[in-house]
Amino acid sequence: MDALLALVIGVLTAAGVFLALRPRTFPVVLGLTFLSYAVNLFLFVMGRLAVGVPPIVSETASAYTDPLPQALVLTAIVISFGMTAFVIVLALKARAELGNDHVDGLEHETDRHA
Amino acid sequence: MTLLLAVLLPFAGAALIAWIARFGRSATAWAAGAITLGSLALLAPLFPLPFAGETLIQQQDWMPALGLNLAFRFDGLALLFAGLILGIGLLIVLYARYYLSERDSMGRFYAYLLLFMGSMLGIVLSENLIQLLIFWELTSLSSFLLISYWQHREEARHGARMALAVTGMGGFALLGGVLLLGHMVGSYELSDVFASAGLIRAHPLYVPTLALILLGVFTKSAQFPFHFWLPHAMAAPTPVSAYLHSATMVKAGVFLLARLWPALSGTPEWFWLVSGAGLATLLLGAYVALFKHDLKGLLAYSTISHLGLITLLFGLSTPLAAVAGVFHIINHATFKASLFMAAGIIDHEAGTRDMRRLSGLWRFMPYTATLAMVAAAAMAGVPLLNGFLSKEMFFAEAAHIGQGHVGGWLLPVLVTLAGAFAVAYSIRFIHDVFFNGEPGDLPKTPHEPPRWMKLPVEILVVLCLAVGVAPGLVVGPLLATAASSTLQAALPEYHLALWHGFNAALAMSALALVLGSLIYLARRPLFAWHERGLDRLDARVPFNALLNGLLALAGWLTRMLDTASLQRQAGLLILAALVLAGTPWLAGDTPLTGTRRGLPLDAVSLATALVLVGATLLTVRWRSERFVALITIGVVGLVVSLIFIKFSAPDLALTQLSVEIVTIVLLLLALYFLPAHDGAETGYGRIARDAALALLAGGGAAALAWAVLTRPYDTIAGYFLDNSKSGGGGTNVVNVILVDFRGYDTLGEITVLALAGLGIVAMLQNLNLPASTCDGAGRARDADAHPAIMATLTRLLLPLALLVAAFIFLRGHNQPGGGFIAGLVTAVALIVQYLANGAAWTHQRLSADSHPLLFCGLGIATLTGLGSWAFGHPFLTSTFGYMNWPLVGKFELASAMAFDLGVFLVVVGATLMILTGLGGVHRNDTQKGSR
Repeated sequence: MDALLALVIGVLTAAGVFLALRPRTFPVVLGLTFLSYAVNLFLFVMGRLAVGVPPIVSETASAYTDPLPQALVLTAIVISFGMTAFVIVLALKARAELGNDHVDGLEHETDRHA
Repeated sequence: MTLLLAVLLPFAGAALIAWIARFGRSATAWAAGAITLGSLALLAPLFPLPFAGETLIQQQDWMPALGLNLAFRFDGLALLFAGLILGIGLLIVLYARYYLSERDSMGRFYAYLLLFMGSMLGIVLSENLIQLLIFWELTSLSSFLLISYWQHREEARHGARMALAVTGMGGFALLGGVLLLGHMVGSYELSDVFASAGLIRAHPLYVPTLALILLGVFTKSAQFPFHFWLPHAMAAPTPVSAYLHSATMVKAGVFLLARLWPALSGTPEWFWLVSGAGLATLLLGAYVALFKHDLKGLLAYSTISHLGLITLLFGLSTPLAAVAGVFHIINHATFKASLFMAAGIIDHEAGTRDMRRLSGLWRFMPYTATLAMVAAAAMAGVPLLNGFLSKEMFFAEAAHIGQGHVGGWLLPVLVTLAGAFAVAYSIRFIHDVFFNGEPGDLPKTPHEPPRWMKLPVEILVVLCLAVGVAPGLVVGPLLATAASSTLQAALPEYHLALWHGFNAALAMSALALVLGSLIYLARRPLFAWHERGLDRLDARVPFNALLNGLLALAGWLTRMLDTASLQRQAGLLILAALVLAGTPWLAGDTPLTGTRRGLPLDAVSLATALVLVGATLLTVRWRSERFVALITIGVVGLVVSLIFIKFSAPDLALTQLSVEIVTIVLLLLALYFLPAHDGAETGYGRIARDAALALLAGGGAAALAWAVLTRPYDTIAGYFLDNSKSGGGGTNVVNVILVDFRGYDTLGEITVLALAGLGIVAMLQNLNLPASTCDGAGRARDADAHPAIMATLTRLLLPLALLVAAFIFLRGHNQPGGGFIAGLVTAVALIVQYLANGAAWTHQRLSADSHPLLFCGLGIATLTGLGSWAFGHPFLTSTFGYMNWPLVGKFELASAMAFDLGVFLVVVGATLMILTGLGGVHRNDTQKGSR
């Protein structure tokens, strides 16, 4: 199971890096989203994997998983959303100002249907 | 506390003034005057203390662990300077009211002036050196604003930039010096510094410390070779010059000399560096002042020269010289402020400051002329005026120091020469302007200024006279207390009197007067000679060359490092990360797999993981068909939330699920304004290269995760699990960590979220984007924007969704849930209304503005934190209790819940703000289209 999680993190990272290196803004935003998934999962598994032991204190529970990475990741998920939103609006702004959706805002190029 | 309040009042006042400015010019001036008086009134009850020989120190803990405390000191020197800053400040406030024209913004002027006043007060009242330094930097910044007040003038902008560059550099050096001083003494408190004077002077770090501190002092006080910024700062409005260059800004440097005199002075290094720079400045300033045709230019160099005189006195290191230095600070402030104001009046009423055009003004403004004459005579050192007294003490000290040294005659000769030039330029200031024939072609017909514009000058000139005639009575006690707190020792024997008998100082004074008059008479050939040679030297040339050189270097570096291609930059970044992370791992011999046994694999997990991997690969494959890519990435997000739920993280799963929904909605909205396809990608080489980078990065991340997962670990989780119920009152440990244990982090995070929302709204303003009319496959978009079934269903679902959100919020402290998740659920519920029913329909029922939500949320969260202060606990300490509600039963009420409410409101506000903002672009567009 641990190997599977490591594999999942690796696949998400690879997809994120590859998409983040694309020349158009939308795939870059997708890439950053993949990287957020990868980073959040990575931070989360730092608390090691455990099944059926949520960190909810009760008298019947015998063990708990580590709550600290969860608390860190919870806010990270929300912040990732803020970041994704910021980047995508930045991409829209760039397209409005520069007339195309290339990450470097190439001046000689305009969209086909702009 | 009184001292802290007195310093903070002008800062608060500056903000207030900016608002009061709308009530008219006089109201603004009155308010500025009232604030200055307020600071003065706060300090007034403390005035008797220094006279009784007491030093008042008020402390407030700030960061005691770092030795940083808010510490204020009120002794004789502080009293003198606070008096000068506030007293002359008050006169400047009055004067500026009449000086500034209708076109100048009063609010801006007085706000800057008060900022500056507060910063100066902070310097002179500081006990802690780091705190002093902060106020020091604030004076640099606020003086920049004041000097560049007339922003439309190029010379004002350049002058301000130069002043900021030079004094800012000095401030940086001073920081180094102060840190070294603190390192030597082990404390930044002045009292401790004074107590370890011997240790400091004997320390091996004494010389670098001294050099750094003196760099700060010399740049601030315009000492040679850093004097050149001061004349360029004359581009400021005259009230600013009168304030900055008589009583405040430049005096901050000599103030620090006086402050640290007991700790640093008395060594040969101090003597040569300080008195050397002082002497050079004294001579240079006095000489150049004579040749300036601009009235303010003359006064600027005269200021430089007098600052040199004061610096020289402190450099001499004898107690008597220090007393003379303090005395001259008082005298220079009074006569120089009045002279600057007089120059401003002449400029204001005659329309020019050029002495080659001004002459014969006596006929038009005899009253102003009389005032200016008295002040100029004080500057020249004519008997019966204050300037004479301190200059006599200065000459006496110069003559005394010289005795018994080889070449000791040089110092008295040089200072007499400087005195002679001072006499010459003072005569020029009077004779060229008020006499010397008839006025030339002046832009305005000169006349006396308004009554209240003269009053500040009158007060200062009367002070010059009073001090000059009866020094012991008028200024004796003040000088005594200021000087004794400068020395931190018993005062030396000195007599404040007009007549000390026939002695060397008197002879030097007389010689300076005679010689100065002769120099003035011989001015024409001197001017011609000066203009042929020395006048061409302008420090601005090397300064600008240096500045341009630095800018060119920065530009070159940027061009070298920046390839202007995001792809290449990002690729290099990832490559660098791979190399840096990979090299030590490949070089080391640590095994990849550790000893910890993992969980067994089951078929469901494997299948789920395959779905995730498949969806990821599909997203990458279909990245150019953007709509498809969006659907597949949604699958990835959902599987991630399944992973969270599988491995005991219900809170994360809920958060991920709701975030996933808003993210997809957001990207869908954005797709509307972006091309549906990617353009063709150039070259398989680049794709292969990026794929290689991506595989390496992915492999690295997987290896790292595997290495960590197979190793045992220690966790601090036990503390949180043990204390969650007893200390935080909740059983959901993740939520208790968020709102209680690490509440401060959460406060920061919701602030970031709020900022992201505000930034997005700002970017969306005036955004004009062509909307697409068809989808990627070329099909026209559906005309039925709000299908009836969906609209009806979502309306029915709204109360249910809100109920769920409320439920999730309330149980969050004990069961999975909480402010973040409830906020996201609420946002989704509301967003769905927008999607199904349209913005117009929704806005009829719901305010379109989500700013109030953000501010309420942040406000509640912050106030909850501050609330614990009221009970004497640290920020964000939470409390909880149980109460029995009828029907509901036992119910827990925790202050953390209020904090969570703040989180909830911010999440709802920011999410709505982002999504409706983006939807709003759409709306504008269609409205435009339909008209």
